[in-house]
Amino acid sequence: MSMYKVVVPGDYISDEVNRAGEGTYIEGGKVYAMNYGIVTEKEELRVVALSGKYVPARGDIVIGKIAEISYPYWIADIASPYEGRIHITEFGRGPERKIEFSTMSNYLDLGDLIVAKVLNVDALMRVDLTLKEEFKIGDRGRLVEISHTKVPRVIGRSGSMIKMLKEKCNCFIFIAKNGRIWIKGNDADMNLALQVILMIANEAHTSGLTDRVATFLESFKREGRRG
Amino acid sequence: MKEEGVQLIVDGKRLDGRGLEDLRPIKIEVGVLKRADGSCYVELGKNKAIAAVYGPREMHPRHFQDAKMARITYRYNMAPFSVDERKRPGPDRRSVEISKVSREALDPVVIKEYYPKTAIDVYVELLQSDAGTRTAGINAASVALAAAGIPMRDLVSSVAVGKIEGQVALDLNALEDNYGEADMPVAMIARTDTFTMLQMDGRFTTDEWKRGLALAKTACHQIYELQRQALIEKYSESIVEGVV
Repeated sequence: MSMYKVVVPGDYISDEVNRAGEGTYIEGGKVYAMNYGIVTEKEELRVVALSGKYVPARGDIVIGKIAEISYPYWIADIASPYEGRIHITEFGRGPERKIEFSTMSNYLDLGDLIVAKVLNVDALMRVDLTLKEEFKIGDRGRLVEISHTKVPRVIGRSGSMIKMLKEKCNCFIFIAKNGRIWIKGNDADMNLALQVILMIANEAHTSGLTDRVATFLESFKREGRRG
Repeated sequence: MKEEGVQLIVDGKRLDGRGLEDLRPIKIEVGVLKRADGSCYVELGKNKAIAAVYGPREMHPRHFQDAKMARITYRYNMAPFSVDERKRPGPDRRSVEISKVSREALDPVVIKEYYPKTAIDVYVELLQSDAGTRTAGINAASVALAAAGIPMRDLVSSVAVGKIEGQVALDLNALEDNYGEADMPVAMIARTDTFTMLQMDGRFTTDEWKRGLALAKTACHQIYELQRQALIEKYSESIVEGVV
């Protein structure tokens, strides 16, 4: 495993302008870092930021919290500088299915947690959301919020980390792109999953993390789950 | 200066033992505040500055939003206990000006188009002050912005040069500032040698001014290295913590 190369904004990365990817910018025929982060050199030269705010992109699955009802939309906080909106037609179209302002809270109320997909983000950064089939989180399970920059680490290379987590913690775990994670299971299992997720988030950019998490989970099992 | 009887240079050394072209000792620490998105603590001699960055976040009030880019707000504030005589708390003419020039010193490096309609708030608090506080503040704010994950083209480094007893000197302390003849705070992008702030108080001859600027340039390059090192060390620290 190669060592991570940390860069700060303005650091020179390469002359190969056509490989410049996310987190870089080009100036005078050279590629420079645009973020404080780690350089990954695959086909693309990218700088993976160590921190930063989530910006919704089309197709992302996010977990939102209904923050406002503003006919004909529900406005959801999606852990981002931009809020998401859900149109009333999400609950059916046609005159007989028409939802009035007064009944909107029967469908989704303030504080409700929802799973949604980003349909579109327009030039004014208005974010249209569409609800997923099983969209309501309700009081089933728990919600953890980590930085969205840590999400790939919780998932792991081709899903290895999350697979291990789900098996060892015996929990349903759903990770949304905006850094919110929904855990469902019994209390002890959820506590363990929570602990491990926070551990991953804290140590996200260290090497050998998957092994360490595995060791941690094993030792936990040996000591007895409810100890 | 003569009538006060303060001799600022003795045997070619300044009162704090520095040569004319020496910086005060600098300490930079990243990530000192847990609740901020990015933060940095800087000591420049006896100056103690702490910078906190929040955002990008939703801009309020809404009519301040810019549909094309993020807006940066910068608040420079001196603690009442940061100076010998108690400073009356709250914004005043001086701190409003410093906030403005500091914001404009950082503005050119931030790639604001990435977060339209948002606000990036920078708060700089001075816990202890000994001349050159705005430069310490800018150095801290620049690192804090990077630590907050804000896309930037470069870091900004800042230092002041002045004139004491007729000689150009780098990075004046409070005594030198009070009894000296000139003070010129400078902020620049080290990589491209671009100046983003240049103020002057007092008088330089053209030659002195040029020498001063050259001195400031070299010093900014030194400071830049320290800023960069602080950010990179913060990261390696997280590796060590992770292994334990």
